[in-house]
Amino acid sequence: MKRQPLLHPGLNLGSTDEYSHDVSEPIIFGFWVFLMADLVLFAILFATYASMSVQGQAGGPTPIDVFDLPSAFIETMLLLTSSITFGMASLALKYKADSLHLVFWLVLTFCLGAGFIGMELRDFWVMIQQGAVPQRSGFLSSFFLLVATHGIHVTAGLFWMLVLLLQLRVFGRTTEVKLRLMRLALFWHMLDIVWVCIFTFVYLFGVAQ
Amino acid sequence: MTDKHVETYTQDFRSYCIGGLLALILTSLAFGLVVFEVLPNFERLIAISVLAVAQIIVHFRYFLHISWHSHRDDLQLVLFTSLILFLMVGGTIWILFNLHEQMM
Amino acid sequence: MTAESSFSLLGILTAQDISFVHTFEHPGMSEFIDASAGGVMVMGGIIVIALLTYYRGWHALWCDWLTSVDHKKVGIMYIVVAFVMLARAIIEGVLMRYQQSIAVNDPGILSPDHFGQLFSTHGSIMIFFVAMPFVTGMMNYIMPQQIGARDVSFPLLNAISLWLTAAGAALVMISLVVGKFSTGGWTAYPPYTGIEFSPGEGVDYWIWSISLASIGSTLTGLNFATTIYKNRAPGMTLFRMPLFCWTSLCTSILMIFAMAPLTIATLMLALDRYAGFHFFTNDLGGNMMNYANLFWLFGHPEVYILILPAFGVFSEVISTFSGKTIYGYKSLVIATMSIAVLSFTVWLHHFFTMGQGANVNVIFGIATMLIGVPTGVKVYDWLLTMVRGRIRLTTAMLFSVMFLVTFVIGGLTGVILANPPVDFAVHNSLFLVAHFHNMVIPGVLFGMIAGYQFWFPKAFGFRLAERWGKVSFWCWSFGFYLTFMPLYVLGLMGAMRRTVEWFRPEYLGWLQVSFVGALLLFSGFLFLCVQLVVSIRQRDQRRVPAGDPWDGRSLEWSNSSPPPEYNFAVIPDVTGQDAFTRIKQQGQAYASPIAYEDIVVPKNSIVAPVIGIAAIMFGFALVWHIWWLVVFSFVCMWGAVIARSFVTETERVIPASKVRADHEAWLQQVRECATTPREQENTSVNVGRAEVLT
Ligand code: HEM
Ligand SMILES: [Cu+2]
Repeated sequence: MKRQPLLHPGLNLGSTDEYSHDVSEPIIFGFWVFLMADLVLFAILFATYASMSVQGQAGGPTPIDVFDLPSAFIETMLLLTSSITFGMASLALKYKADSLHLVFWLVLTFCLGAGFIGMELRDFWVMIQQGAVPQRSGFLSSFFLLVATHGIHVTAGLFWMLVLLLQLRVFGRTTEVKLRLMRLALFWHMLDIVWVCIFTFVYLFGVAQ
Repeated sequence: MTDKHVETYTQDFRSYCIGGLLALILTSLAFGLVVFEVLPNFERLIAISVLAVAQIIVHFRYFLHISWHSHRDDLQLVLFTSLILFLMVGGTIWILFNLHEQMM
Repeated sequence: MTAESSFSLLGILTAQDISFVHTFEHPGMSEFIDASAGGVMVMGGIIVIALLTYYRGWHALWCDWLTSVDHKKVGIMYIVVAFVMLARAIIEGVLMRYQQSIAVNDPGILSPDHFGQLFSTHGSIMIFFVAMPFVTGMMNYIMPQQIGARDVSFPLLNAISLWLTAAGAALVMISLVVGKFSTGGWTAYPPYTGIEFSPGEGVDYWIWSISLASIGSTLTGLNFATTIYKNRAPGMTLFRMPLFCWTSLCTSILMIFAMAPLTIATLMLALDRYAGFHFFTNDLGGNMMNYANLFWLFGHPEVYILILPAFGVFSEVISTFSGKTIYGYKSLVIATMSIAVLSFTVWLHHFFTMGQGANVNVIFGIATMLIGVPTGVKVYDWLLTMVRGRIRLTTAMLFSVMFLVTFVIGGLTGVILANPPVDFAVHNSLFLVAHFHNMVIPGVLFGMIAGYQFWFPKAFGFRLAERWGKVSFWCWSFGFYLTFMPLYVLGLMGAMRRTVEWFRPEYLGWLQVSFVGALLLFSGFLFLCVQLVVSIRQRDQRRVPAGDPWDGRSLEWSNSSPPPEYNFAVIPDVTGQDAFTRIKQQGQAYASPIAYEDIVVPKNSIVAPVIGIAAIMFGFALVWHIWWLVVFSFVCMWGAVIARSFVTETERVIPASKVRADHEAWLQQVRECATTPREQENTSVNVGRAEVLT
């Protein structure tokens, strides 16, 4: 039987590890479905933000007053780079027999992700210093919820990465660990997409108007 | 690595590099448009929206490896999700802005 | 919340919040009823614990059920939850009908606040903790067997979903004794449910119990969708699946996409209440209309989540008891799918009166009427399935026929309500209450009862007593018409929903009729219980070991009753629709397979109960602001997940020799069974081997 080249989203293990490749399909598909449900969650937050950022300013700060665009741009770059480095980690998972490359790229991804979270927290802190707290207006409530939900996802991804690094040590590159890394990769790339939307429709739109 | 793997390796490697490069460029473009205030206001918003959509497609294609050659289930799922998201987001925005207008 | 002056281990919980203490200090009829309900619940709990201890059932309960990840056991546990909650919610319904029937120019027996809690718990329980678990349990039990799978794709996740739902139900139950429940209805619209107008713990109970249940449902949805997409037996193409699987698939898809808006809406409401955000508040840019929007973005797909599996049950029941293939299979599939998609385009009909422009209303009104089309297609398909069939009016079939008649009436009133101008006149009146009960009782509830009657022999190995089933059926049917038809009239006379006391004497007669009907409905429920008890006592004359008591058409009937934990000794090869009927007609039923293989099944796991119990603590702690417990239970939940990911031995192997021994023994037993002609299917002749007409 000819193997379908792309059994599931993300990097397919293919002939480099046939056993894992064959069992991966339903597991990755299930996770992919979960990601779609998660996207709905973000979509709802975006829709809410879209209306509240215009209608819910309540005489308080407006987007242009409080957004730090250069900072958001650097965050975007960090996150995009982390997606590339995670891509490299996936390649190492697929092609390299040793774990050294894999761990290196994962740790690099972790640092970039942590840097992103650090900068985001700094942004929040600056906003709060200016009195732009979520309790101030509907606009700020929906801004903080949307961006923080993304941030919490990234943080969860970081924790997940730590657990998987530990599992790499304990179990080595077993099928389970490989499949978990592949799911984390999907999660990570998906969060990037969400961030692209946040950067565009929250930050750029907010400042451009 | 066998020869066959070397070949797929280069393919896979290229995919991530192209994706990464495109993503960085598209983001920078959008950022540039806003910072340097290129184009009139409305057109600028349209332009950055288009750039965002392009970037989303790039991410799907090069990072998530979803394309027309994907497993049918995966592609169907993404398309169906897009439809639902469109209905939910579009509907919500339509309803809330219409309400807002009525109350003006 | 009131300012917390001092740190307390129990947050804001005080002795006065316990309903018994409260009633003792402020005695009154309404309080007395509240305390008795709490008392009954506590007593019930104590009795169950005592019985378990007396019969030494703890070990079996823990090892065979609570830690099990077998989809069949999970399914049964879902249905048990649904039945327990149904008992409470029906009683509440009857109590409300009683209050309304005596409260004409008279305060009646319930305080307004208590009445508010009653319709809130009744509605929330019926939707989230009766209908949802019933539907989910039914899909759990049946769907994997129908597609020829050994289990769902993610068995442990399945158990976790169950426990999250059960945790939500437990929170609602706890609110009976500790504190109060929300008075904001099952929809919990702000600003009424905001902190300013509902400062107590009630709304928080609603928020956290609903959130837990909705997360559980999302996980169920993705699990089932994956199962159906990736776990079908060879040859079981999508278009050979029984209709119940199709409706399960569509329901799962709705669960995946529709629960998120609810989760977000409750989260935003919680942030408003706990942290002073302004999503739905009156001032500072809040927009309570967005809540209605988000809630119904979930709420309308939700009603299809509930009704579609019931449609699936009716399709199976009607085709089996007509002895015919379902009429218009493809049209039914297409109708199901269009309903699933259309259900995302109509949510606004729940708030036509909110103030958006007429154009918006019209478009959603038309979309709503469109849904009637596929539903109509289905009704005709069911009718045409019966035409020229050899119909057997068993209890399950009776419920299905009554569904057809009654549901069409409900559908008609639905199309009436889809007219924005008409809706303006009857919005929030008892006309609406009549309409939606006219959909959910014959639709969801009758569907689930029919499924319960139909598949009970499969799950437990013996048939239910038909006679009591029929008694129950007549009570449900007459009860339904008596209770809810008067409400249409009352609605048109101007009676509003959620009203504790009336001032128009002409309502009185209708309300009294309605109360009598509610009593009949309640007796319908009691007779179901009687039926169960009687059947259990007579189980030895009712056994169907051969597993096919109704001359079933799909694969679940091809194995023993109850089925082995791995469902199929050998995964069947499917060659067409109505897979089992085909096998029977080709004379290949009960043939020994050529070879057996080792079967891998998942081991039991304590992860799901740990998460469930931690989730109860989590919700409770949030309601009562017990922050240390919030942190602790949160860590427990995720700790359990992470710990689990370090467990490697999660499966065990059943050797081929054992599978062979068990299966061959059963086959031998079947071959010795006499076949049953259909006329005798409700007599003790029926041991589950159907006579095959060729
Ligand atoms: C079995 C007999 C039932 C009886 C006697 C009954 C009775 C009632 C009554 C008296 C009300 C309050 C009406 C009002 O607001 O004035 C009500 C509301 C409601 N019922 Fe039922 N009901 C029954 C079954 C069901 C079922 C099976 C479901 C759903 C699956 C259901 C869902 C609801 C909901 C959602 C509400 C609205 C609650 C609210 O106002 O927020 N009921 N019911
Ligand atoms: Cu609706």
